[in-house]
Amino acid sequence: MKLALGYLIGLVFGVGIALSGMINPAKVLNFFDLAGTWDPSLILVMGGALAVTAIGYRLVFGRDRPLIDDHFHLPKASAIDARLVGGSALFGIGWGTAGFCPGGALPAIGTGRPEVFIFIAALLVGILATRAVVDRRTATAAAARRT
Amino acid sequence: MTAFTPVASLVGGVLIGVASVLLMLFHGRIMGATGILTGAFLPTSAGDRGWRIAILAGMASAPVACKLVTGGMPALDVPIGSAALIVGGVLVGVGVTLSGGCTSGHGVCGMARLSPRSIVATLVFMAASFATVFVARHLLGAA
Repeated sequence: MKLALGYLIGLVFGVGIALSGMINPAKVLNFFDLAGTWDPSLILVMGGALAVTAIGYRLVFGRDRPLIDDHFHLPKASAIDARLVGGSALFGIGWGTAGFCPGGALPAIGTGRPEVFIFIAALLVGILATRAVVDRRTATAAAARRT
Repeated sequence: MTAFTPVASLVGGVLIGVASVLLMLFHGRIMGATGILTGAFLPTSAGDRGWRIAILAGMASAPVACKLVTGGMPALDVPIGSAALIVGGVLVGVGVTLSGGCTSGHGVCGMARLSPRSIVATLVFMAASFATVFVARHLLGAA
């Protein structure tokens, strides 16, 4: 049940990414090219997604808990720090370089195109290497607090 | 050039929103591609991996689902070389891990919750993407 629902939700998300053009690096890069071949389509993607999510979340958060879990898993971090801003800047530079973001590239796997696998492999290297460094630092800091 | 596709893009955006709301309604989770992917490789508990892999499988099925309905795979043109894909991919991976989210997690779900962190993150990564494409295409002369 949980897995079937997850699959369907992923499918809806992926069809949305495919239909909207977020799956297509040429379209994404043209959206960012204000001074050249600008394609404003992505404004409508963000607008549509945000409007539906903002309204839907209001309704969902009126509940005590989700339908098949015992609580909502919401991010606890609240600091606006150098890590948030620097990380976002690096992400933006990478997105403007490759034209894929994670949510665009994951559904694109289904096209079987080799360029997608190159991007995903590089993405995973970046994610897992950074996680390893961050987790080690967190562990070191926790150990330092204990002594 | 890519054509302006207001209707398809708006409908696609609405579907992305519907998926985000459904995941919160059923699983109580943020529909963030970065978080779902990272947790599939590094789950925080034994039961935490299955739903993530189910979502990833659903996502990856989407192009074939589109082909079954429309008769063709969705358009996907990569106007850059392998080096840019690799450099961009690593930068995206490092960046989204440090900032804790990407276009879906911060840009859609976090913004919809009016999370100050997500609003700052989205403004910064969008500005950086616009600047990067300007530099690459108009100052360095890339395609």
